[in-house]
Amino acid sequence: MVNKTKQALRSMWDNLSVPVIATILALIVGLIIIALMGFNPIVAFRAIVRGAFGDGASLGETIVKMTPIICTGLSFALAARCGLTNIGAEGQLYMGGLGSIAVALYVQGLPAVIHIPLCLIAGAICGGLWGMVAGYLKVRFRINEIISTIMLNYIANYFINYMVSRVMIDPAGTKPQTAIIEPSAMIGRLFEGNRMHWGIFIALLCILFFYFYLWRMRSGFEVRVVGLNADAAKYAGIKDGKKILEAMFISGAFAGLAGTIELLSVHQRMYMNFASGYGFDGISVALLGQNSPLGILLSSFLFGSLRAGSNLMQMNTNVPSAMVSIIQALVILFIVASSYFSILMAKRRILKQAKGDK
Amino acid sequence: MGDTIINFLASTVGLAMPILIASLGLVYSERAGIVNIGAEGMMLIGALAGYIGASLWHNQWLGALLAIGCGLVIGWGFAFLVVSARANQTIVGAMLNILGAGITVTLNRVLFSSGTAMPDVANFKDIPIPLLSDIPVLGPIFFNRNALIYITFAIVAISHYVLFHTRLGLTIRAVGENPKACDTLGISVYRVRYGTILYSMALCGLAGAYMSTAQMASFIEGMVSGRGYIALAAVVFGRWSPLGVLAAVLVFGAGEALQYKLLAVWTEVPYQFFQMIPYVITLVALMLAANREDSNGPAASGVPYIKE
Repeated sequence: MVNKTKQALRSMWDNLSVPVIATILALIVGLIIIALMGFNPIVAFRAIVRGAFGDGASLGETIVKMTPIICTGLSFALAARCGLTNIGAEGQLYMGGLGSIAVALYVQGLPAVIHIPLCLIAGAICGGLWGMVAGYLKVRFRINEIISTIMLNYIANYFINYMVSRVMIDPAGTKPQTAIIEPSAMIGRLFEGNRMHWGIFIALLCILFFYFYLWRMRSGFEVRVVGLNADAAKYAGIKDGKKILEAMFISGAFAGLAGTIELLSVHQRMYMNFASGYGFDGISVALLGQNSPLGILLSSFLFGSLRAGSNLMQMNTNVPSAMVSIIQALVILFIVASSYFSILMAKRRILKQAKGDK
Repeated sequence: MGDTIINFLASTVGLAMPILIASLGLVYSERAGIVNIGAEGMMLIGALAGYIGASLWHNQWLGALLAIGCGLVIGWGFAFLVVSARANQTIVGAMLNILGAGITVTLNRVLFSSGTAMPDVANFKDIPIPLLSDIPVLGPIFFNRNALIYITFAIVAISHYVLFHTRLGLTIRAVGENPKACDTLGISVYRVRYGTILYSMALCGLAGAYMSTAQMASFIEGMVSGRGYIALAAVVFGRWSPLGVLAAVLVFGAGEALQYKLLAVWTEVPYQFFQMIPYVITLVALMLAANREDSNGPAASGVPYIKE
């Protein structure tokens, strides 16, 4: 019994040690950089902590920020499980947002229990189809999805700019933005005076779906087989082209949901760059969370709190909130670099064994 | 009419330059089996470094050198991670892009405090080459340009010669095709990969500096806007050869030049559709490249080498 607990703790530590150490190191180096730029790192750090967890409202802010990041993290992770690198969550998020905002704006007279799910479905489908474009380009033309998804990001971004400044522009205004959506499509807040909204539960449902799809369904299992070994998948009779399309659709759908939730709850109208950077946060979150459901949840919380905290940091100390991107990159850097230490350790072990044999 | 065409071709060459400089480096690292997704981030850092250098020392050459220096330092770190630590090249590249975006925005706001207009800095001016610049058509397109364009054309010729007609070039190509065989022959795979990464990152840095000190005399956040990825596409479209890359980037440059032309002329079409042109052309080019028979890259591309 004691042994079993010990084993469980040990395996938990094996899974957690690298991300935890990487995060701590990244924060330390980030604070050193802040100090080198001539700011007070302690004041900055305090501002981040207070902005993220200081009171109920700031904790709510952290949750608001982490909600879309969970979805974009799942988006990157699902594609990664199929051996794909989808860095197009940004574009898929915008296209999904566009689909949902059309339903939220122009479909009228529905009760909220139907209208909101309808918007979510529209957002997921539009994001998914945009992701599938890259999948198709890969299957049919062997185009590296990294390049195609980035190109599709730019194309989506300009398309959204066009839509909100010409086609869907608020008839009552001149700003390039849509009108406010129908009240029946709005995702409400949980508490008075706190920006936290029901969208977080949709994101949590997405995590559950991610888990059930990949580990409890045949279809998701096949996606993982393709990701682990495309040749083996072929021998097992799995059509990898079809799986790539499927994975890119679901991956894009997650990103589309991120945009949808963000629009229906926080902005309630669409304008240019309404969710800038969330797509790329998803990459870091998936890497830090090692493409696992629980890992993505925990790391989204971390990056959500960094986003929420950095706003207060910028206000209080003038340290630009873009500093968060540097910390994100550092987290990935330390995770990646950790593989070097395991190589060193393995070498040492072999040397030791060789000595022992003598 | 003639003037319009010459203008168009001249701006095509100019707009193709940052992509060309970066892809010339990327050809070498890809040939040695390294996929460098981080070109975009490196170009951003190069653009800011070039701008900082030029404004600090009032000399565009020192700006370009600072950008190259940043490329070497970051390239060394990149090489350490993907070669020595055998890290996933895509992940390291993605990290570099996030880092590049974060560092340039942060430094730009700290050093030049946002809100105020960026002061113009020393930049590369056009230097007409005597006699040659008087040739009709070719003169204004090729021989009345800034120094970096002349240098880049020299690099195209040299790097093509080195890659296909020297022992070093053969070694680099072999490392990307069959690293194990190279190792058996006593070639250090690690050293070749470190070398090509340093070279490509230095050129990516220079490509960024070109944007901030030759195309413009200023730095704008996010100014690279996808050109690092387009450079990667140019390497594929140009079949992993410097001359092929030259042809490829001229297509992309023409697309961008067309974008600006159409923006001015065809005002009834929403400008956003013109802004999409470079990215659409890149996708179309890659689709065309796929239908050729020799469209496969180096065999060991993207695979870390483990020395036994």
